[in-house]
Amino acid sequence: MSTKKSVEEIERVAIRFAGDSGDGMQLTGTKFSEATALAGNDLSTFPDFPAEIRAPAGSLAGVSGFQVHFAAEDIRTPADYPDVLFAMNPAALRTNVEDLRPGGMLIINTDAFSTQNIERAGYTEDPIEPLRDRYRVVDIPLTALNRAALSELKLSTRETDRCKNFFALGLMYWLYNRPMEPTERWLRTKFTGGVLEANLRVLKAGHAFGETCELFPVSFVVPRAKIQPGVYRNITGNTALSWGIVAAGVQMQRPIFLGAYPITPASEVLHELARYRHFGIRTFQAEDEIAAVAAAIGASFAGHLGICTTSGPGFILKQEAIGLAVMTELPVVIVNIQRAGPSTGMPTKTEQADLLAALYGRNSDSPLPVLAPATPGDCFHVMIEAFAMAVKYMTPVVVLSDGYIANSSEPWLIPDVAALPRNKVELHSDPENFEPYQRDPITLARPWAVPGTKGVEHRLTGLESAAQSGNVSYLPENHQKMVSLRAAKVAGIANELPPVEVNGGDGELLVVGWGGTWGAITEAVNRARSEGLPVSSIQLRHLNPFPPNLGEVLARFRRVLVCELNTGQLWRMLRAEYLTPAELLSKVEGQPFRISEIRERIEQLLNKGDA
Amino acid sequence: MAKVALKTKDFVSNQDVRWCPGCGDYSILKNVQRVMPELGVPRENVVFVSGIGCSSRFPLYMNTFGFHTIHGRAPAFATGMKAARPELSVWVVTGDGDGLSIGGNHLLHVLRRNLDLQILLFNNRVYGLTKGQYSPTSRPGMHSKSTPQGSIDYPVDPIAFALGAGATFVARTIDVDANHLQTILKRASAHPGTALIEILQNCPVYNDNEWGEVQDRKTRSDSALVLENGEPLVFGAKGGKRGIRIKDGVPSVVALADDDDPQARGVATHNEHPHSPSYAFALASLQRPDFPLPIGVFRAVERPTYESMVEQQIADAKAKNESAANIETLLHSGDTWTVEV
Repeated sequence: MSTKKSVEEIERVAIRFAGDSGDGMQLTGTKFSEATALAGNDLSTFPDFPAEIRAPAGSLAGVSGFQVHFAAEDIRTPADYPDVLFAMNPAALRTNVEDLRPGGMLIINTDAFSTQNIERAGYTEDPIEPLRDRYRVVDIPLTALNRAALSELKLSTRETDRCKNFFALGLMYWLYNRPMEPTERWLRTKFTGGVLEANLRVLKAGHAFGETCELFPVSFVVPRAKIQPGVYRNITGNTALSWGIVAAGVQMQRPIFLGAYPITPASEVLHELARYRHFGIRTFQAEDEIAAVAAAIGASFAGHLGICTTSGPGFILKQEAIGLAVMTELPVVIVNIQRAGPSTGMPTKTEQADLLAALYGRNSDSPLPVLAPATPGDCFHVMIEAFAMAVKYMTPVVVLSDGYIANSSEPWLIPDVAALPRNKVELHSDPENFEPYQRDPITLARPWAVPGTKGVEHRLTGLESAAQSGNVSYLPENHQKMVSLRAAKVAGIANELPPVEVNGGDGELLVVGWGGTWGAITEAVNRARSEGLPVSSIQLRHLNPFPPNLGEVLARFRRVLVCELNTGQLWRMLRAEYLTPAELLSKVEGQPFRISEIRERIEQLLNKGDA
Repeated sequence: MAKVALKTKDFVSNQDVRWCPGCGDYSILKNVQRVMPELGVPRENVVFVSGIGCSSRFPLYMNTFGFHTIHGRAPAFATGMKAARPELSVWVVTGDGDGLSIGGNHLLHVLRRNLDLQILLFNNRVYGLTKGQYSPTSRPGMHSKSTPQGSIDYPVDPIAFALGAGATFVARTIDVDANHLQTILKRASAHPGTALIEILQNCPVYNDNEWGEVQDRKTRSDSALVLENGEPLVFGAKGGKRGIRIKDGVPSVVALADDDDPQARGVATHNEHPHSPSYAFALASLQRPDFPLPIGVFRAVERPTYESMVEQQIADAKAKNESAANIETLLHSGDTWTVEV
């Protein structure tokens, strides 16, 4: 019989699960996040895993981690440093322990610390003892406890050991008073028979272990966050992006055609959309990246909403075809979920280094709009905006997401569907005086006239085309005119963009970011402001064209700091475009910014400014 | 099929045709424009798609919808169009460089997927637009600007390539043979699936007379084997008739007297429809100068088209789940929770 232990209330906590890539850490983290979301906390997650499906067991290269940060208040990042590290083996300990907050809780599966495993992780002696001074180390013989819990079931040792992540999950559910029902429900939809029974048992056994053993004197509760009322769900950037594509098709009343080739970290979008045939969505897994974009452009030519989703190396392969869409002025959306490069780089790690490629990576002058979502949930809205822009201006549009927001999750206030923009597409059907390159006087867009429409038959070509008729033209003045028209059309989109909003509003220093760095930048700036530092921030969603008031905003601040996960791409653009003497905080480690990194630079710049 | 009252001139665009004088493309263009009114397809439903090369200018001269795209990728653009809009009549025009070199991958995949497209591959065995380099179908040893000592590439045969890719309709015809070309174009249009037509086409500037002996009516009877379904594989003029035997997949030539019964002499009878492509492969191996070059339909079999299966999946999904096809349901699927005021 156990006596009821006491419960301590805390404001926020960040937990990192780390183990072998075969240990199920991503699943454990995902399930913990879902239970946490249902418990009403605000949360932010950061899955960090290797590209290898199963790296050699116990190797440093094979360590997979999942960090979840949850709180009773509004949060924007997965936290710089976890408060709790659950290390499933020595390799996981070695690659993660330096991140653990001093004094934090270190939970260790001691059964995995065999001499062989310790050596494989590169330690020459038992690494745990020296850590006891720095952290609250909790030793758990997880493998043995898990085996004991399943001893009555006729499972192989291998099958039994594969359940141990759910023992760990059950333990963490007890420690942080999370509901177990959502996970149990999920298990019942996923497994049957012995495997289901085993997972349910160890989940409960882990929970019971926390309650009865002496290792944990208290459990913790993080009260519900005081956030905007409404219906919420947990969502990753890739899911939100997929649903944004579905929603764009419904709202614009045109069918969606997705051309895609499998690539990390974009494949989930193809998988997700392939499930929505009942929306009339056509997904096409092409033979390569080029065919994927070509098919999407072909579908656009035929009147569908063409889209392709990819990541860096695939994006580069598509560039020639994107140039054709610029030239023939066809609406198509290209999503680049950026990852660390160049070349194959680090496929599962994040980066923001394809901005200049999106803008200038095609032959000749080839302007197109570029958008970047700021958060996982924002990926939904950015897709609706991208499709509307593509059709309204008859242009390819590039959306730059990144590996971090693609895989991270956050609680998402489900938008009011009735309030989503409608943007019904009107195809051109009037044969009277029709010319394929006649232009709308305001948007400069040419008409979208599609096959099947009598009297508007026309030819498009990647050769330079005569203004109006679209016939092939090598006339010098025509080329000059068409290059200028294409540029003016894209530049003119700025007229409809909302002015960039300044977080904070005033001060001496303006921090500028774009895309998925929003959380870390906003958090760093808000904390600095709350301590009286004269700093504000903006997060650019529109990278081409820039919002119309950007120059004016930049000029209002004495100093500008651009923070980006590359070696200075937006920084160069802002310096070139606005002649602002902006400074740069660059990071290319395949990891998102820590709040503290931005915070330190803010303080450093402001101190330097005072001196 | 309801005939649409259109004439050849309705398919002639207002663009000046800019191929070299004497180019085989002129004849192909004229014959395609002639056949079009007979296909019963409304002009606004016709799309010509091409890549890059001399042949790829073709769509610009057709008064239909047209898309002159990028090098080698026309099959992929056409796949998107046809999968999106199955009711369109989509024609791909490509060449030996565009289709088999830079675009070989896309040609392979469009053929195996079996979209209902017509692919016209103009084979002149040379790069024309870039001024005379050897192509992937050029003969070994060919002297060109890029192979001054002769080409050392082993060539690919478009027919064998298509058969290997699982094509359901494979044919070969000749640029200047109007009747044969028109017959094959009509057959290709009627075929429900991807139809690959290799058109032997003369480039008078960079590879003149490459197909001379089969283009010339005087030499054709000895150098070409005209394929007719159900007819024996016989070629040669009276007094010099010969037949093709195929034993264990290996073809050989047998001399025939004028009054011989070819079947009794073991000459194979042409059949476009065997499920196995082995026989068609044996035909594709017939090359000059040891054999006559087969002209006609090598293979015509049926298999569901890609786009029909896409439509079926959409229809099935809608029948099963149409009520869920709204954004509200999608966004609220799975676990959600309510934060009260």
